[in-house]
Amino acid sequence: MTDTAAPGRSLWATALLRLRRNRAAMASLVILALIACLAIFGPRLAPHGYAEVYPEFVKVAPSLRPYPQEDQVIPAAERALKRARVELGEITIDNGTVRIPLTSPREIDPRLARYLDRSDVFTEARIVDLSPDGKSAVAEARVQQLYFLMGTDANGRDLLSRILISLRISLTIGLLATAVALTIGVVYGATAGFLGGRIDNLMMRVVDILYSLPFVFFVILLVVFFGRNVVLMFIAVGAVEWLDMARIVRGQTLSLRRREFVQAAEAMGVSGGAIIRRHIIPNTLGTVIIYMTLLIPKVILLESFLSFLGLGVQEPLTSLGVLIAEGAKNMRNAPYMLIYPAATMTVLLFALNFLGDGLRDALDPKDR
Amino acid sequence: MTDPVLEIDNLRVRFDTPDGTVDAVRGVSLTVAPGETVAVVGESGSGKSQVMMAAMGLLAANGKASGSVRYRGEEILNLPPDRLNRIRGRKITMIFQEPMTSLDPLYTIEDQLAEPLRVHGGLSPRAARARALELLDLVQIPDPARRLRAYPHELSGGQRQRVMIAMALANDPDLLIADEPTTALDVTIQAEILRLLAELQARLGMSILFITHDLGIVRAFADRVYVMRAGLVEEQGPTRRIFEAPEKPYTRMLLDAEPEGEKPPVAADAPVLLQGAGLRVTFGKPPGFLRRDTRFTAVKGIDLTLRQGQTIGVVGESGSGKSTLGRALLQLLPAEGRVVYLGQEIAGLDRAAMRPHRKGLQMVFQDPYGSLSPRMTVTEIITEGLLVHEPGLSRRDRAERAAQALTDVGLDASMRNRFPHEFSGGQRQRIAIARAVVLRPRVIVLDEPTSALDRSVQKQVIDLLRRLQAEHALSYIFISHDLAVVRAMADYVMVMKDGAVVEQGPTRAIFEAPGAEYTRALMRAAFDLGDLLTG
Repeated sequence: MTDTAAPGRSLWATALLRLRRNRAAMASLVILALIACLAIFGPRLAPHGYAEVYPEFVKVAPSLRPYPQEDQVIPAAERALKRARVELGEITIDNGTVRIPLTSPREIDPRLARYLDRSDVFTEARIVDLSPDGKSAVAEARVQQLYFLMGTDANGRDLLSRILISLRISLTIGLLATAVALTIGVVYGATAGFLGGRIDNLMMRVVDILYSLPFVFFVILLVVFFGRNVVLMFIAVGAVEWLDMARIVRGQTLSLRRREFVQAAEAMGVSGGAIIRRHIIPNTLGTVIIYMTLLIPKVILLESFLSFLGLGVQEPLTSLGVLIAEGAKNMRNAPYMLIYPAATMTVLLFALNFLGDGLRDALDPKDR
Repeated sequence: MTDPVLEIDNLRVRFDTPDGTVDAVRGVSLTVAPGETVAVVGESGSGKSQVMMAAMGLLAANGKASGSVRYRGEEILNLPPDRLNRIRGRKITMIFQEPMTSLDPLYTIEDQLAEPLRVHGGLSPRAARARALELLDLVQIPDPARRLRAYPHELSGGQRQRVMIAMALANDPDLLIADEPTTALDVTIQAEILRLLAELQARLGMSILFITHDLGIVRAFADRVYVMRAGLVEEQGPTRRIFEAPEKPYTRMLLDAEPEGEKPPVAADAPVLLQGAGLRVTFGKPPGFLRRDTRFTAVKGIDLTLRQGQTIGVVGESGSGKSTLGRALLQLLPAEGRVVYLGQEIAGLDRAAMRPHRKGLQMVFQDPYGSLSPRMTVTEIITEGLLVHEPGLSRRDRAERAAQALTDVGLDASMRNRFPHEFSGGQRQRIAIARAVVLRPRVIVLDEPTSALDRSVQKQVIDLLRRLQAEHALSYIFISHDLAVVRAMADYVMVMKDGAVVEQGPTRAIFEAPGAEYTRALMRAAFDLGDLLTG
């Protein structure tokens, strides 16, 4: 036996080569990789926690300059010290440090600096230059340098951080629900198609019955029984989406079953399970992969729809759908709250669809 | 000589595929004189069809044609469709190989036949109908008035091809291009269609450009021949000259590719391997609630005895039940009757009980493109049976057996990690044979193993099968519609028609003195095509 047997080029390898030549699909692949990295590492690298609330900065507009902006510092200081019941002198800002002369009829408690610290605008507040009688002093504090590149939401949370975490949630739901749908659908469909006859009939009628359940009622029912959580979302979406997959795979299997290579395997005495595993499923995978890339955006949209209705993920976690729903509510006074999540979603869906399209061209058996 | 009807000069066709450009036609020149029948003959992939497609502006979107194609002196290559259509479909018409798909299943024959007459010919509906009737009469369809209202699926393959010819003749063409018009048809029907074409040509005086791979047809039918190979014209000349004194080795090779030899019968006391008695196969379901009787008996009680080393040729046209018989013998279909293999009753055994017997009973299928799983390597395909029947073998042992089987069927063992699509049709059929042989079977059912192959490749596969039979003491059941191949391969012949055996006996006896009328008709269509066309 020679050991020089050259490896052949499988259909998968050929398809990959063809995919590589498709610019739109490759660009989409790069974008998707980028988005995936953002979803995985983004929340850790983001300057703010996705659940961190800045009451001072509710619905501030996106800006490349740090918050607080100059005209906000003095009013913020006045607001912060209002409850300290001291007279404020002329406030000066110098090189990121604010100086506030204070006078009071009573003695000034140095702990008063905490009023400033409590605000999101200042840090490291302390009382300096306390006069000997204790009735006048200067409060000094550093002005925060907070960047809100995409602004903040109605609760004063950084939108960028929230978009990053929502990407993570949406992609996870998309992938997991698709994986659930894929596994159940492929196994169920291939089995029904391969066994055929009465069993096939029975199995497909079950699918028909599940099809006839109204999806939203089904989800509401689940929510009522089990409460709201993310895992439930996977189950609900996956439990509905596998039906399509099962039908597609069954159809494929029916036509594959009549192909001569399946008959050849039968003539060799290969068992039913092995035929499904070795011959049927690998040959349906092309179609399945194409359907999968189209299913992921569908699932993401479905999750968004549920979240939009308020049946989806729970605060403070969020998903693209939740963000868009909130954005839609604040469309008039804070349009960026809609624009950024919607743009993210659009880019993601475009990339997935283009990739699906490219895969379809690459895997199309017509060329062979 | 008069001016040619069609003149093709240095035609080139190039396809841009994702895997690079492919030169399908590399400078072909040919002419067709008025009233002449010209054949373009070549094996698959020789570019013979692409020449015609390019000339007619029917290339696929990624194809580009250059050179010159003139119809009566007028350049028609790469004309815009509206100008091309003044000639295409009127003066030059085409018929294609697949009569099953060339007609639109949603319209009646009348719609499809009369529509172009009304639109292009400007005939009134009544006149168009009359003309359609006349055309169907011309192509000798029985009961044409009734056929006008029929849908394509209600007609047989031969009748559909006749309708296609009628459509092609509708506008009195100067030139009829026929692209393998009889390849999908049974031999007896093929003979009828060819005869019809010859008659029509004599009556209407048109030229015919006939594209085929079948030299038998060329010899009987054409005045002049162009032999094509790999996008070029290898040799051309009058039919007689080409057949009697071919100049090029390739032409000679094509002519010699006719299967030869015969197989001596086995001794009468050779041990019986496989025996079938009263085999019946019925498809469909009995009548039931809201259901018509859909039962159809494909095999009607057949007895068969296969002895060690014997080859039984099962001959018949499509629908005769010969493939069904082969599958029923291997218990791949539910069948009535008895099947005894090595003295053991195997009819009605379930999957698991049948498994031990499967090792000795193998099958090779017709379509080498469909019978190999496209996502498995050659080694995986060949060794799949070993996984079932010799589970004790290690991976390395299996690979070794696969390599040995590949060498056995004349393939290079270094190709064992490739995938089926990287092989040609003939090589794929060898792989399919290797898959059967690797299990060291006693009996192989060969279901049209050479029908999808070119004649020259066919010959190699036949030689291979013969050699394997001698080396491994195999017995074959050889199912085919091709009498020439059966004559070369089998020592015993069964002629089937409509699920029953019409005639059977030793090959030589049957071929020398066919008893049944049907057998005689088959043989005339297969071997005496020339006489049939002129007589």
